[in-house]
Amino acid sequence: MSKHIYVPEPPLVKGDHDFASITRLVTDINLRPTPKAWYLAMIASNALLMVLLGSIGYLIWEGIGIWGLNNPVGWGWAIINFVWWVGIGHAGTLISAILFLFRQDWRTAINRFAEAMTIFAVMCALIFPAIHVGRIWVIYWVFPIPNQMTMWPNFNSPLLWDVFAVTTYFLVSLLFWYVGLIPDLATLRDKAVDKVRKVAYGIFAMGWTGSNRHWWNYEKAYMILAGLATPLVLSVHTIVSFDFAVSLIPGWHTTIFPPYFVAGAVFSGFAMVLTLMIISRKIYGLEDIMTDDHIEKMNIIILVTGSMVGFAYMMEFFIAWYSGVEYEQAIFIKRATGPYAWAYWTMMSCNVLSPQFFWFKKLRRSVGFTFFISIVVNIGMWFERFVIVVSSLANDYLPSSWNYFSPTIWDILTYVGTFGLFFTMFLLFLRFLPMIAIAEIKMIIPQGDPHNYDEVTREFVAPITATSNPQIEEKV
Amino acid sequence: MSTETKKIENKSAMTGILAEFRNPRELTDVASMVVKAGYTNFDTFSPYPIHGMDKAMNLQKSKLGKIVFVCGLLGLTGAFSMMYYMSVVDYPLNISGKPNFNLPAWIPVIFELTVLLSAFGTVFGMFYLNGLPTLHNPLFNVERFKKSTDDGFFAYIESKDSLFESDKVRQLFEEAGASHIEEVYE
Repeated sequence: MSKHIYVPEPPLVKGDHDFASITRLVTDINLRPTPKAWYLAMIASNALLMVLLGSIGYLIWEGIGIWGLNNPVGWGWAIINFVWWVGIGHAGTLISAILFLFRQDWRTAINRFAEAMTIFAVMCALIFPAIHVGRIWVIYWVFPIPNQMTMWPNFNSPLLWDVFAVTTYFLVSLLFWYVGLIPDLATLRDKAVDKVRKVAYGIFAMGWTGSNRHWWNYEKAYMILAGLATPLVLSVHTIVSFDFAVSLIPGWHTTIFPPYFVAGAVFSGFAMVLTLMIISRKIYGLEDIMTDDHIEKMNIIILVTGSMVGFAYMMEFFIAWYSGVEYEQAIFIKRATGPYAWAYWTMMSCNVLSPQFFWFKKLRRSVGFTFFISIVVNIGMWFERFVIVVSSLANDYLPSSWNYFSPTIWDILTYVGTFGLFFTMFLLFLRFLPMIAIAEIKMIIPQGDPHNYDEVTREFVAPITATSNPQIEEKV
Repeated sequence: MSTETKKIENKSAMTGILAEFRNPRELTDVASMVVKAGYTNFDTFSPYPIHGMDKAMNLQKSKLGKIVFVCGLLGLTGAFSMMYYMSVVDYPLNISGKPNFNLPAWIPVIFELTVLLSAFGTVFGMFYLNGLPTLHNPLFNVERFKKSTDDGFFAYIESKDSLFESDKVRQLFEEAGASHIEEVYE
């Protein structure tokens, strides 16, 4: 007979914090004078944003001929970037909704942050389908609103489903984010000393008081939104993958696409959250809330989803061989050995090999190494979309129509420019909104639980917590 | 002091009595005491939702679920009727021989619009149930009340409660161990 000793998990918030110190830690970032470095970062981001606006302007003026598209390759960087940015957004929803439903309290430290990333990533993504249509001035034809042809959109097309999926995703993410922000905006309203901030935060806080009658409906709303966002996020990348899977192009027409796209989306999204989190927690001194334990947990998710993606790559090959379809077989052999082999092997090494390092606890907990891998993963995921989009189109059924795709300077500038939009929005967020869900953090610190108070004196009694080696059951 | 006495004289403007407590435990305890004493127009305030407060305050199940269900149903039927009208009734179009009434292909749009309308129903339903946005709240006249979004725990009994009597309410809060008691004016 062996006896198991219960070893509690390490505390989610490190350091000696109470309610007031958490409020101060987060709101001070928004209320103190703007740091100089912020302005420098903002200038750099704005310069990139100008690059984006300039390239879009030239695109509208000149037409999509400025991109490197050619006859078989009608979808190029615009679609790659769209899928890449939407995928990045998925981590935010996974953290805020799915981990919430699974009662993973550690998500609280990063959910606000990740949701903001989702919204800005989806903004960057939405640009591409809008501008790649050529005649951008009639883009409203994709919506079911009356137009001069008296025609309606084609509801049988995955491209139209995409319009609904991504628009819904953007709006629901925005609502979810705002609902989460309301109590924290009220905190900022009450903490602000100058008139402008008081009024601005006051308007968006809508008169929130922290009433427990309100919290009661609020928590219900939060749970329902999480329940809605969970199937939504799975549907969005599923529908994005339908753009490919429902066509007849070899290498695209596969049923594995929906789960494989969703896993890849979460994989790249977590990497992006880590990249941003590691920088900002350092700059803003939030290591007490975004701890190394968080990094480790996120690295485990990267390991899991990265392995799923790796499995999908191998399964694709197997099914191509097993199906007996010669075009399907040819395209996969061509991907690994043909003109785009360099992209294929970049993808394989970044996505399949690099996350495997996280089997080692030491590497999972190493901040520098995690930062490096998080960037490698996002490069790899961009190449995954490149391989899927370009290699299949460039070498389809008719060898006489094969052609090699190379991007032009405008492809590159538009893509680089979206980082300008992303970081401009992100810097504004860091400056003006609480980057950590203050109210939710107060819920998970030991002081937040009424059970951690003495029956008689009603004084706080700190519960026993582990200091190292969490979740290990020792045999006695 | 003179303004304070003036306020007390003007009884009609008093909206209730607010008491501050030290921690969430004291607040849940006082909530059950208030319920036991029979008050109904009362509320408690805290910087975060306190676990177990719904039971202590004897709160009924939130009506939000019903609102969301209706909105979701509206999204579902609305999406279906929209596509049926557009593709079957108003402008049927033969697209590579596919049927005009093509339900399997419509499922993604039906799903997305159901989720979208449910989400709007959730957020705006929550605003409606909570009476947000509120332009004015007498509690904001109390400087100390600012702590309710930081580290303050407050209980409040409104003067419109049928059992409301200033002295009795004060006594109740004092017995519960309030660290500060204050009358709230319009």
